[in-house]
Amino acid sequence: MAGSRLDQPRRNRQRVPTRRDTLRGAIAAGAALPILCLRRAEATPADMRAAIDNVVGAARLNVGRVKIEIPPLVENGNTVPCTVSVDSPMTPEAYVKAIHVFNEKNPQPNVISARLSPRAGHANIATRIRLTDTQTVVAIAEMSDGSFWSDSVSVIITLGACLENLI
Amino acid sequence: MASALINVPAKAKRGEIIAIKTLISHHMETGFRHTETGVPIPRDIVTHFVATYNGEEIFSARLYPAIAANPFITFSTVATESGTFEFNWTGDNGFAATEQAKIVVE
Repeated sequence: MAGSRLDQPRRNRQRVPTRRDTLRGAIAAGAALPILCLRRAEATPADMRAAIDNVVGAARLNVGRVKIEIPPLVENGNTVPCTVSVDSPMTPEAYVKAIHVFNEKNPQPNVISARLSPRAGHANIATRIRLTDTQTVVAIAEMSDGSFWSDSVSVIITLGACLENLI
Repeated sequence: MASALINVPAKAKRGEIIAIKTLISHHMETGFRHTETGVPIPRDIVTHFVATYNGEEIFSARLYPAIAANPFITFSTVATESGTFEFNWTGDNGFAATEQAKIVVE
């Protein structure tokens, strides 16, 4: 066909990008892209321990009596259902005074601190929390006799709660 | 004004343990985000929640930025007598909201 690329003399032929060029360009562009999701300041397991020490003080932290339930695999870290239940008779003599929830890797280790009374009947609370990353979440129950009990759960987060810039 | 959703049974037997579900509409801005130009967005969250039953406090919670937007809190109480539940939320920038629910105990 007259005027088509193949009919023209080689030196006049307009250079059409080849598949190889396109791939090369794409790789170069990828390398040059700034990292968009820079990790922000995050709490560390040490921060979580410090926050827990703040609540527990010198008392001994036992494992058991508390059950924290979070789905093991979460797609959206912005709203993660979280339930904490504590095994307690909830009578004026023996009840759960408080339930605290902590996380390892959000910017702040505290999640919620709830105060209960014997009038609760059950020591069960539920809420929805934010988790930025795959991590361990800890629940601690403070009993009326001064003892502390805990439970922890590992959660895998596919898409973390939003800490990035607003678009 | 913020709107709240409360789920309390209208009727209960004396001594029955009832579940109370509360939700307040609030964006819970964490204070850890930035605008496109890098300006930090100040924290704006609900920090405290208190529930009373005929004037007596039955449940309270301190909330942190790790609570999801539109804080949803569920707890329980023993139905002792007919009366009114009052729920109060307070937070940053003078945020305050109140909601009531009535219960008949037989």
